[in-house]
Amino acid sequence: MAEGIKDKVAIIGMGCTKFGERWDKSANNLMVEAFVEALEDAGIEKKDIQAAWSGTCYEETSVGKSAIPLSVTLKLPFIPATRVENFCATGSEALRGACYGVASGAFDIALAVGVEKLKDTGYGGLPQTDSQVGTSFRFAFPNYTPPGMFAMMGTRYFAQYGLTPQEGKHVLARITVKSHHNGALNPKAHLRREVTIEDVVNAPIVAWPLGLFDCCGVSDGAAAAIVCRADIAKKFRSDPVYVKALQIAASSGEEIMCTDWDYAHVESTVKASQRAYREAGITNPRKEISMMEVHDCFSITELTIYEDLGISPRGRAKEDIQAGFFDLDGKLPCQPDGGLKCFGHPIGASGLRMMYEMYKQLQGKAGPRQIKNPRFGLTHNMGGIPPMNVVSVCIAGL
Amino acid sequence: MVGITSYGAYIPLYRIQRMTIYQALGWLNPASLLPGEKAVANYDEDSITMAVAASVDCLNGLERDKVDGLFFSSTTSPYKERQNAGIIATALDLRPEVRTSDFATSLKAGTGALISACDAVSSGSAKKVLVCAADCRLGKPGGYQEEIYGDGAAALLIGDKDVIASIEGTYSLSYDFSDNWRAEEDKFNRTWEDRWIRDEGYSKFIPEAISGLMKKYELKPQDIAKVVYPCLYIGAHAGIGKNLGFERSQIQDHMFTSIGNAGTAYPLMILVAALEEAKAGDKIIVASFGNGSDAILLEVTKNIKKIKDRRAIKKHLDSKKDLGLYEKYVTFREVLPIDTGGRGEEVGPTQMTILWRERRWLTGLCGSKCRRCGTPQYPPEEVCANPKCGAINEMDDYRFSDKKGHLFTYTGDVLAFSPGPPAIYGMVDFEGGGRWVFDLNDCELDSLKVGMPVEMSFRRKFHDLARHHYVYFWKATPIRA
Repeated sequence: MAEGIKDKVAIIGMGCTKFGERWDKSANNLMVEAFVEALEDAGIEKKDIQAAWSGTCYEETSVGKSAIPLSVTLKLPFIPATRVENFCATGSEALRGACYGVASGAFDIALAVGVEKLKDTGYGGLPQTDSQVGTSFRFAFPNYTPPGMFAMMGTRYFAQYGLTPQEGKHVLARITVKSHHNGALNPKAHLRREVTIEDVVNAPIVAWPLGLFDCCGVSDGAAAAIVCRADIAKKFRSDPVYVKALQIAASSGEEIMCTDWDYAHVESTVKASQRAYREAGITNPRKEISMMEVHDCFSITELTIYEDLGISPRGRAKEDIQAGFFDLDGKLPCQPDGGLKCFGHPIGASGLRMMYEMYKQLQGKAGPRQIKNPRFGLTHNMGGIPPMNVVSVCIAGL
Repeated sequence: MVGITSYGAYIPLYRIQRMTIYQALGWLNPASLLPGEKAVANYDEDSITMAVAASVDCLNGLERDKVDGLFFSSTTSPYKERQNAGIIATALDLRPEVRTSDFATSLKAGTGALISACDAVSSGSAKKVLVCAADCRLGKPGGYQEEIYGDGAAALLIGDKDVIASIEGTYSLSYDFSDNWRAEEDKFNRTWEDRWIRDEGYSKFIPEAISGLMKKYELKPQDIAKVVYPCLYIGAHAGIGKNLGFERSQIQDHMFTSIGNAGTAYPLMILVAALEEAKAGDKIIVASFGNGSDAILLEVTKNIKKIKDRRAIKKHLDSKKDLGLYEKYVTFREVLPIDTGGRGEEVGPTQMTILWRERRWLTGLCGSKCRRCGTPQYPPEEVCANPKCGAINEMDDYRFSDKKGHLFTYTGDVLAFSPGPPAIYGMVDFEGGGRWVFDLNDCELDSLKVGMPVEMSFRRKFHDLARHHYVYFWKATPIRA
């Protein structure tokens, strides 16, 4: 097996905008906001950056195609710049580009920026992608929305594990309540209010069985990371965060075409996390991972991620959820920053926003949300829909 | 012997009480109330989709490769240029070596297509011709016609082997009688005065055609088991039969109060209902009404007993759901311009190149089946989707449209735009293998269960209003009967 990039790359600076309905800011403004914070955090100058990766998904409502909007907005001086897109895993893909570029020895210092300006869409939810999704989806797929495609995982999970919709919705509500609690503590989060189980289960349905509070917000935002060769990281700061694993897995098509897949888990998460644990040298993730930021686009997604990451046994995540295992003061806090649930999901930014929280937690700078002595932080970033997707799992540590 | 070798029909699930229409718009025209209910196509149905549904019923258990002609009749074909019959033939996955024709512009186009199919088979130029007729006509809101018109379809397979009802003779009349008309620029039908239509047209042309046929073939009323003709006016319908010397029991039920006047399909739908109850030796006369009349004499053979597993009229009539609201009816028919929201306004350009290149899987719902491992897969793949196989380019065509499926999971999506919210869709596992995610239709969210059986139905996927293009695809439907 390839040796991987464990401990070859360090994160030395990160930035993250306030997420929300940033009506007065363009995508370009948001990129600058995240970039300035990252640059100041790293204590380097712009001229030190040797390559850049830009992550945006819906370029039509965001900055436009290519990496040129990034290089022009930040006035990057003719360095290599690349735009990446991998649906909702775009932010992690930008980070992966920068990390692999550094790990390859091609660059000493690289920048990853993820941004999305969703609130120029004109209606709620993610933009329709009618003309951009290829023949299968355009002509041979329902006129779906993401809540609907993930709601089907709820329907299936409940049926497979014998939960009534009411029981299932209560388990899911517990996830939401936990994330809102954390988000309320985070000044950068979009939604900053605690909610109760009753609020969640009684909310209007968006896509059965998911209600409004089972769905993440829709927001504008940007996040950025500056990474460098691990061996020079301490020159810039005393507490760099090292990349222990950075894996990505994409669907093979068997989920949607063959009848074996159960629609109650995401196979790419299983595959990406197994590779990431191997790369990081982790053998017991339930014990070794200190905290995680996972792709909680919907409550049911977070529930199945617990199982797919090998943290909770199959079909039994509800026991951990109800025991508070993933709470901020639990054994393995999940979504300490409030998650997509409270940040919303500006597509290109989310993967980097997750890493921003892990980075701050590892450095002990997470304020009222600080987790005690974290060792490994995991980010899980998923693009696409349960039957066809791409999943990134990244593990960072000191 | 040339005649009907199989039959099928389709009546949409939804019905609207005529009183519901009257309650909404009766104030405009207080004398307009008619009894009963009428069949209403769902928002994703039109004459093409209903003709496909009736044809699927008609072809159940038969080899589609043997069909070498398809005649489609309707006055509400979605396209004026682009052959509607060609869309139906592609949806049915008929082979390309098939003679397709559209019969249009008159309500006797259905019987006209039937006679032409009979002539084609008699002449030997075709062996098996599928005749399908469907209509989905619009009367102006608040008018009589809106209450009269119902939606539906019929399909008859015409051939010279295994004939269940031989075509013994025909008699046709053509009169340029402008009772109903719809010009290029009209969305709704226009009509002349009812009394004139009833007394000078309806009550004269049908009797003239039927009596002409009976005289030509030396038949007396008592020789005929059933006489079939459309209903425009309930009283006048009974009068026609009575004046021709038929007993009430010889007149096939017109279904005007359960389906309505289904245009070109209407006489053929009543004929299918008659065939469902017919026995060997029965002589049936079917006559149409529209700018004249065609009358056709049929004689039922003993093969009639071999026809099984047809929904035809009886099962479709029993399987129904009340639409409830008049406003839903006018929304489904695109009469009421509703607010679709920003999400509903976004329709990307429809690429004709794709619809042509991928017609077999997009219009015909054909996938592939791996020759090496036997896994059926949709869409058709070149690289086998079975992770244990890995075969490349070892695929055979495999039709999914006629396979039953089971609902693996589902949702009702309120965020997605749908003229019939919530947008219900789900993953379907096909019996024999293969799966895909499909829209579900003709169902309520509460009635769905994981694992329930579904079947495929051909529907409008979207209406590209910017380019006036109807894009069709297959949806999953809970099994109706």
